[in-house]
Amino acid sequence: MKTTELPRWASAFVLPVLNLLSALLVAALVIHLLGENPAESLSILINSAIINPEGLSYTLFYASTFIFTGLSVSVAMKAGLFNIGSEGQMYIGGLGLTLAMLSLDHALPAWALIPCAMIGSALFGAAWAWLPGYLQARRGSHIVVTTIMFNFIAASLMNFLIVKYLIPEGQQNPASRVFATAGEMPRLNEWFPVLGDTPLNVSFLLAIAALVVYGVMVWRSSWGYQLRATGLNPHAAHYAGISISRMIIVAMLISGALAGLASVNSIMGSTHYLSLNFPAGAGFVGIAIALMGRQHPVGIFLSSVLFGALIQGGFDLSLEKPNIPQETFIFIQGLIILFCGAMENFYAPAILKMLNLTGAPQQKG
Amino acid sequence: MFEDLHLASIVVSTIRNAPVLMFAAMAGLFAERSGVVDIGLEGKILASAFASAAVAYSTQNPWYGVAAGILVSAALALLQAYVSITQKGNQLVCGIAINIAMSGLTFVLAQFFYQQGGRTPDLGQARLFDIVLPGTEAVDGIPVLGWLYGHVIGGHSVLVYLAFALVPLVHWMIYHSRFGLRLRACGENPHAADAAGVSVERTRYTAMLVAGVLCSFSGAYLAIVQSGFFLRDMSAGAGFLALATLVFGNWRPVYTVLGCIMFGFFAAVQIQIEGVDLPLIGRIPGSLIQMVPYVVTVIVLAGLMAKSVAPKAIGTPFIKSR
Amino acid sequence: MQANADVSFAIAKGSIHGLVGENGAGKSTLMSILYGYYNANSGHILLDGQERQIRTSHDAIGLGIGMVHQHFMLVENFTVLDNVMLGTEGGFKLAAQRAATEAKLREICERYRLNVDPLATISELSVGAQQRVEILKQIYRSANILILDEPTAVLTAQETASLFAILRLFKEQGKTIVLITHKLQEIMDITDQVTVMRAGRVVGATGTASTSKEELANMMVGRPIQSELPRAPFKPGQAVLKVAGLQLEDKNKVRLLADIDFTLRAGEIVALAGVSGNGQSELLEILSGMRLPSAGKVEFLGRALPFGKRRDADGLPAAFRALGIAHVPEDRLRDGVIKDFSVMQNTVFGYQDRVTNRWGLFDFKAIAARCAHLLKAFDVRPSDPDIRLGLLSGGNQQKVVIAREVSSKPKLMLVGQPTRGVDIGTIESIHAQLLKLRDEGVAILLVSVELEEVRALADRIIVMSGGRVTGELNIDEFDTTRIGLMMGGMHKK
Repeated sequence: MKTTELPRWASAFVLPVLNLLSALLVAALVIHLLGENPAESLSILINSAIINPEGLSYTLFYASTFIFTGLSVSVAMKAGLFNIGSEGQMYIGGLGLTLAMLSLDHALPAWALIPCAMIGSALFGAAWAWLPGYLQARRGSHIVVTTIMFNFIAASLMNFLIVKYLIPEGQQNPASRVFATAGEMPRLNEWFPVLGDTPLNVSFLLAIAALVVYGVMVWRSSWGYQLRATGLNPHAAHYAGISISRMIIVAMLISGALAGLASVNSIMGSTHYLSLNFPAGAGFVGIAIALMGRQHPVGIFLSSVLFGALIQGGFDLSLEKPNIPQETFIFIQGLIILFCGAMENFYAPAILKMLNLTGAPQQKG
Repeated sequence: MFEDLHLASIVVSTIRNAPVLMFAAMAGLFAERSGVVDIGLEGKILASAFASAAVAYSTQNPWYGVAAGILVSAALALLQAYVSITQKGNQLVCGIAINIAMSGLTFVLAQFFYQQGGRTPDLGQARLFDIVLPGTEAVDGIPVLGWLYGHVIGGHSVLVYLAFALVPLVHWMIYHSRFGLRLRACGENPHAADAAGVSVERTRYTAMLVAGVLCSFSGAYLAIVQSGFFLRDMSAGAGFLALATLVFGNWRPVYTVLGCIMFGFFAAVQIQIEGVDLPLIGRIPGSLIQMVPYVVTVIVLAGLMAKSVAPKAIGTPFIKSR
Repeated sequence: MQANADVSFAIAKGSIHGLVGENGAGKSTLMSILYGYYNANSGHILLDGQERQIRTSHDAIGLGIGMVHQHFMLVENFTVLDNVMLGTEGGFKLAAQRAATEAKLREICERYRLNVDPLATISELSVGAQQRVEILKQIYRSANILILDEPTAVLTAQETASLFAILRLFKEQGKTIVLITHKLQEIMDITDQVTVMRAGRVVGATGTASTSKEELANMMVGRPIQSELPRAPFKPGQAVLKVAGLQLEDKNKVRLLADIDFTLRAGEIVALAGVSGNGQSELLEILSGMRLPSAGKVEFLGRALPFGKRRDADGLPAAFRALGIAHVPEDRLRDGVIKDFSVMQNTVFGYQDRVTNRWGLFDFKAIAARCAHLLKAFDVRPSDPDIRLGLLSGGNQQKVVIAREVSSKPKLMLVGQPTRGVDIGTIESIHAQLLKLRDEGVAILLVSVELEEVRALADRIIVMSGGRVTGELNIDEFDTTRIGLMMGGMHKK
């Protein structure tokens, strides 16, 4: 992602807000063409997703998954890698989680079982990201194409494994058996009854913790410094003694692990079994979040909540307005990726011109 | 066992599966040979599939549908061109954005117009005709040759013939025409092309336009010929498989198309092989066969099979150095 | 900044005219104007007595001016024929013109003994052959004036001889040639007239027959001003660096460095002088661990440098830094800094592992204190540690880099073009810093294209040309003519 000559406040706040507004404007136009009132739709959405406490709980539940996939894509992006494979890495992470559960859930108590399952999900997610990272570092194979391929391979592989090995006798539903209750992530409504019967669970707190760890690691540690240098200027990073190939592989491993951890919320927080296609696009939402949130912990958090709100509010909106089905928000997701990602500097020349006109203090070049 | 495998229908299926990939791969070929990465093939296929099905249904004329598909896909391609070439934005992100946006938008529009759960109504009679060669019935009795004449060479939809007819045309355009020479120069060394007086921007825009048009046939084929309606996400990864065939075919038209035929073959086998007991291995589940094209692509990308070299200047916006 | 000022000279038709000068003398700019890449602010161009407008390279080509660049404009996986036809295909179908073009190319090759097969693919050709393809392109487009920009930079001795034979043939056919070069022997060998440029102006023009290499060298290099900086007496210590038989080839088997031998002692500044592009950059890259040599040995403080059996230099610079080798790179924006990082962040670049606590987290207090001290000691302006480094002027950016490298207390300091893109006021302070280091006993290897700088700083001078050492002298033997000759490729006898 290019840097601009704009002052920091402009590129960190003004540009992203303008980009987001552009995406929403196009969405509003489409909603209008579908015969609905964009303002009304927006108010239904806000009511459902933010104002209503149960709705807010669902919003944050979805956001918990997105924070992890957003972090996954962000870590890789900081190293200059476009990891499209978070979807597949989350899926395979779910497999690791499941294997841990299936073998241990009758033997271990919750306080031991949950961490084991989490480690399983992280390890498997990392393993699925390792080969694309290795191929990019050592053979120059483009990581975008390899991760796309690995997404498809994961889908076929999981299809095979679930159907052949994991479906319990007599069941039609393509899913594993239900895990023992010891493997259930404690729900937050145990402490906050106002949240109602919603799946918001401890994963949300883990997600916040992950954001903090990410922030500290990337901005306060030597490793994070080297990561960012590699992404910003690989020539200079080489000069500084950073091993570029090692950085690429480690960044991908961590990225894959984070995507794998995203499966914890979906499975251990909600369904309690492994089902076909459970990621349901969360990996791709992670791309939108990383771009919109500019790979910053606060940005990732806000973007995840925004997308969580879009999903939750979108669900209620689709019930009230059949012309605005949930897939509308997939469309909005695409618009956000377009404006915040591919066209991220579209408004930069205009902002620069305005700054020059208003005679804002020019920073020395 | 061989009767179970229905080799005959595998051959015919292969011929009928390949065009979806062929159109998309040839589209990607033009774009990428000019230096623009086209990850957005999937979105263009979906958009043109929806547009062609919807218009074909409303007008009860498949050709209007095909025309609609061309317009929509070309428009998306020009948007990509604007973002990649003029705005010099990230081409990969742009492609992903288009894929996701179209995945959502096509469903929403289908639902809005037809209220059938995000699909378009069945086209019924308004589909493209199959070309039946003269004398097919007469030779039907002759073993092998009759079948070859009537069902392998003849008996396919007109778009299938278009796909195969395009191959030598595309090959000629790329290697024996002025446009193709300039296209390849822009993809390998745009500075050299620029120094020789070629407009890199204009060439790339043209390439993207051609890609948009070619890609639309893939969507039209899916919707009008193969299924008779549009269904959400019906492209099912064809856009990415087309990219895989480009890698596999080293960005050369004939080898790329061979890759498409190979992937079409795997798709055909996958359906047939479910429930068939093979010697030694037993039954191979379809999902594992489904994996094969992607695994092959990764192996090629790793440089383990023949060396696959992308056009040198691909993905980098051209900035005049003087 | 003026690249060309008041440049006037005449080129006789049917002659070979040499244009000589150091880097930045303005020769390439001048020829770029002639070829339509730049437009002059004022002045006239007269061709055959008629004034002409040359706004684009298209115009230049139309007027019969052809240019062979240093970096070839060839599509590598095309054939020679395709490269020539690009842009002048003559119709939508290539086949229509192919045969005719091929025939014409063969005829041109025959006439000028270019020895190129039109159906060969560029990537299969040697560098010398590729250059002949560029020449072929220009002749095919009916160029009557051929400009060659440093053509022999990438050629072997044999290839150079072949090229010159071809140029003589052109002259016989009545074509005009302008040869841009810094190699004095070539000027003497092949040109009829020569114009010397320095700092954007013409400083001399003469017939080649009536001048000598020494005279040209003098004109090219000028007379450097005596520097007034104080120097402690020269007291070199132990040998810190011993380079023996160093060789470097790139992946096309082009020889970048050959038989490099020298020794560097503590408290000594050795300057590698020479026109840039003659191997100095590559030598610095090898000594800093950024690149692996093809052959040869380097000893640092008595031990071999850890090149080892690696397949590439990934991560190697860290090991070299740990040994005590600091490096101020030639291209600071590409190699030495992260311009989007803050000034403070750049002060630890390369040394990031030395300022962390045991958890690997940065000790921000210590970094900030150190940064404040460095900014003050090296007079960096503005002295705000949090602004983006890219916003600083070139001179201040360089001060940050030097401050960083110096404060790591190295035993060997590699310095590349330290005052490139730096304002005059800062140049003096950087020079003072380097002399101070030397007085403290650090061994310094300086690469510089500015002879004034070399004269101000060096204890010893090693001149490089064509990847080889062409001469060595002590500072008290400093003689512009001699050095100019060595820079121009003349080996010391």
